[in-house]
Amino acid sequence: MRSQNRYQIDTLSVVYFLSLVMLGWINIYAADYDMDGTTSFFDLNQSSTRQLLWIGASFFLIVVIFILDYRFYDSFGYIIWGVSVFFLLAVLFFGKEVAGSTSWFEIGFIKIQPSEFAKIATAIGLAKHLSSQNVGLFGKYKLVISVFLFLIPMGLIIMQGDLGTAMVFGSLILVLYREGLSAKLLFFSFYVVLLFLLTLLIDQWILLFLVLAFFLLGLGLFIKNRKALIFIFGLSIFSCGLIKSVDFVLNQVLKEHQQLRVMSLINPNADPLGIGWNVMQSKIAIGSGGFRGKGFLKGTQTKFDFVPAQTTDFIFCTVGEEHGWLGATLIMILFGAFFLRLLTIAERQKSSFVRIYGYSVVSIMFFHFAINIAMTIGLFPVIGIPLPFFSYGGSSLWTFTMLLFILLKLDSQRMEQLEH
Amino acid sequence: MKSRILGIKFFVIITISVLSIRLFSIQIMDTDYQEIANRNVIQKGIEYPYRGLIFDRHGKLLLYNDPVFDLMITPKNVDLSDSLLIKKLLFITQREFDQAYLKATSFSRHLPSIFYKQLSNEKFAAFQDIMRDLEGFNINSRTTRGYAEIGLANILGYVGEVTQNQLNMDTTGYYKSGDNIGITGIEKTYERSIRGLRGVKYRNVDVQGINMGSFENGAYDTLPQPGQNLVLTIEGALQKYAERLMEGKIGSLVAIDPSSGEILALVSAPSYDPSLFSGRAFSQNFAKIQKDSLKPLFNRPLQAMYPPGSMFKTIQALVALEQDQVKADEIITVNGQLIGDHAPPGRYDMERAITKSSNNYFFKVFRRVIQQGKDPSPFIDSRIGYNKWRDYVLQFGFGKMLDIDLPNEEAGFVPSLESYDKIYGENRWKFSNIYSLSIGQGELLVTPLQMANLGVILANRGYYFTPHLVRKVGTENLDFSQKKSIAIDSEHFESVLNGMQALVSVPGSRAYIPDLIFCGKTSTVENPQGLDHSGFMGFAPRDNPKIAISVYVENAGWGARAALSTASLVIEKYLNGSVKKKWLENYVLKGDFQDAKPE
Repeated sequence: MRSQNRYQIDTLSVVYFLSLVMLGWINIYAADYDMDGTTSFFDLNQSSTRQLLWIGASFFLIVVIFILDYRFYDSFGYIIWGVSVFFLLAVLFFGKEVAGSTSWFEIGFIKIQPSEFAKIATAIGLAKHLSSQNVGLFGKYKLVISVFLFLIPMGLIIMQGDLGTAMVFGSLILVLYREGLSAKLLFFSFYVVLLFLLTLLIDQWILLFLVLAFFLLGLGLFIKNRKALIFIFGLSIFSCGLIKSVDFVLNQVLKEHQQLRVMSLINPNADPLGIGWNVMQSKIAIGSGGFRGKGFLKGTQTKFDFVPAQTTDFIFCTVGEEHGWLGATLIMILFGAFFLRLLTIAERQKSSFVRIYGYSVVSIMFFHFAINIAMTIGLFPVIGIPLPFFSYGGSSLWTFTMLLFILLKLDSQRMEQLEH
Repeated sequence: MKSRILGIKFFVIITISVLSIRLFSIQIMDTDYQEIANRNVIQKGIEYPYRGLIFDRHGKLLLYNDPVFDLMITPKNVDLSDSLLIKKLLFITQREFDQAYLKATSFSRHLPSIFYKQLSNEKFAAFQDIMRDLEGFNINSRTTRGYAEIGLANILGYVGEVTQNQLNMDTTGYYKSGDNIGITGIEKTYERSIRGLRGVKYRNVDVQGINMGSFENGAYDTLPQPGQNLVLTIEGALQKYAERLMEGKIGSLVAIDPSSGEILALVSAPSYDPSLFSGRAFSQNFAKIQKDSLKPLFNRPLQAMYPPGSMFKTIQALVALEQDQVKADEIITVNGQLIGDHAPPGRYDMERAITKSSNNYFFKVFRRVIQQGKDPSPFIDSRIGYNKWRDYVLQFGFGKMLDIDLPNEEAGFVPSLESYDKIYGENRWKFSNIYSLSIGQGELLVTPLQMANLGVILANRGYYFTPHLVRKVGTENLDFSQKKSIAIDSEHFESVLNGMQALVSVPGSRAYIPDLIFCGKTSTVENPQGLDHSGFMGFAPRDNPKIAISVYVENAGWGARAALSTASLVIEKYLNGSVKKKWLENYVLKGDFQDAKPE
């Protein structure tokens, strides 16, 4: 017998979603607003008006997702993943190059960005693989294959020249941690990232010296413990290798505009011509917001076109300038509550496929959220990824909507899901 | 597992707290940002560099930068009741005003953008007077290209605004919308050297956009770096003279210094005035010039392709001599029956055959070269002979680009075995199908540049250098000293040069220049579409050559008339500094080569 709550869609998540989309739209409207009020609300040249169209289209997507059978994603998990990898490959050969990145297909007036679709497909593919029962709980091949499931799209997107989007896939390591990846490996990944950032910030010779000091210290302390010595020795060698290779990657692998972005993290004033300028303007806008902000539609920095990309990647500037620390923090708390809710939803699933997919959704969205805000306030290099539901643009809005509503659809039918 | 779930939730909360604390520090603890935002803000301005200047080989200025003034608009500050005055000063209609205003507002209401490009001097003066009272408008100075002389358009080329397509292709990220870029000519080939480097200037502006002076005394400003100057190989006076001679005609003239490959003059006629492309009427002028039926934008020396005609007999002679298919002093008797001929029947050696341009002699010689009896089948035999012959012709620089430092060079055409197979079928063609090549007709196509280069090869008795137009970029001399040698023994050149000398250095003849021995060969290029083209190729002096030249004048008939006369004048001008034969000059300037009877 079917009980009433079987098809119950999680109301709280929908409320969070609607609030975020609405707040996002209000800020796009403010960023684009003309103080002299000469532009019409219905003018399609206005980003805010166009964003309304994208929002409308995303409701259409939600309907489609709810019509599709919930078993679709599980059954075709690998195929969905494979198709997205195929498109990522194809775009390398037939794509259109825009600003140094080859990530668009252009068919007539329609533009398609396969890397957006790849975010959804990778989440599904990873969930499919980790939930399949024919492999041991966490056999070594299972781990290797899951890492490849997101390293392959990541590599292809790096080849397109879109480093920012590629980094998003790295966030899926959090899903692996939830599913039993050893904490050591997680901390090891963090260590690698930390050392990476330190190498950028500090002269590499100082770091190498520190590693040497650490090694000698360990040698003195654990002279009798052979296991510890091997560990210390291995870690030191690894660290030296990493420091050297970061230097190599920075100077040989990254394209010029990416180098500049990384460098501007270290010193925003060092490159007045380029990206440092953006971060400086962004910080001025946010910093001038104060505790309560300048008020809705009263921001001067964003109104007068000082902030670059102020409706897209730097939309948080408008939040910070017009609503101050209070508004910005409240919005971040709203995001936080939303993420925690999604984690709760993920944990209440019988099906491990849905749980893992849920964690992937949270990882991807959380990464966008944290990195986007961090880059506007100069805590992270400008890598050009949008703030979920806030940044102007159809493709990113649709990606996040689909990620979310596939989860809510699966959740709404969780009582029918088979346990595996 | 429980602890991990908690750990992840904790991680989310910690991250948000860190971001919030950081926001607290820049929004509340640090009041600098508020001050910067409230009192003044920094605005970034681009300072455009001067493009490199271009000089001729003697340091005479050919191309420079002209200051122009653009009227800029900051829509937010504009009082629209001023529009009447502005329309009156600029002589524009309400519609034009609205279009320009809309374009500026859609860019930004708060940042200045161009409202009207390149004010004329009168308009600039008028605006200067009222600028103080006109809010939201200001004048920005910039430079455009100034041409010291009319002419040289096909060499210098012109610059124009960078297109969206070029912006997308530019992986270095140097260009920004509105920048100028070299579109053709030297301006394009040497774009990277002459464009210079942009500078940046920061200034403090208050929130209303009022300038409050430079930011931190210009500590972050960078000065624009002017582009590098170029020194061309062009001999300015000679180029000018050659352009004058070619005026009113269709054709081209190329003069090269054989000892270096330096191009002394490169004329394409008719040409256009490149300064038409640097004004604000660029698009109208461009459309007009592009539609011109005489195609002035077509760079004939590099792009026009003609059959070489009789000038090609020099190559036929050298290839046959090198392959030992004929001796220079061997007498060949011709009856004038094999192929149409202007030369009389009789006994010819190589020298006389070149001088008289005997078609029948070269028919016979070419037949020996193609059918060397290496195979019993005449088809396969022709194939072997032709392939060998073609290898020699390619060495002379035909059928391929010479890689001159100008864009859009054409390769010409020397048919391959495959292209004849396509026409006739494999092993279905032999000498009798291709004999018109013997006199430089048939499928062969060459450019005037390649012909001048042939003059260089003959002058040097077997080698050439890559023809080029630029000697020096900035302070660096370019190196083009690599010799390109042709596998033909230099002794074989003498009889050919004797024939060429006997053709043009005859006292009393039209082309004769006293006290100068020079060599040349004319062509009357068959033209199925109309009157024949007049062609000439040669060099001077015979010993220690200083100039190699080719001239094509379309629809001018005999090679010995228009082309040879023009070449002779240019040679005299270059070697002697002035021209004595005023009557010949007038004859060429008059440009009426048709009424006289053939010689």
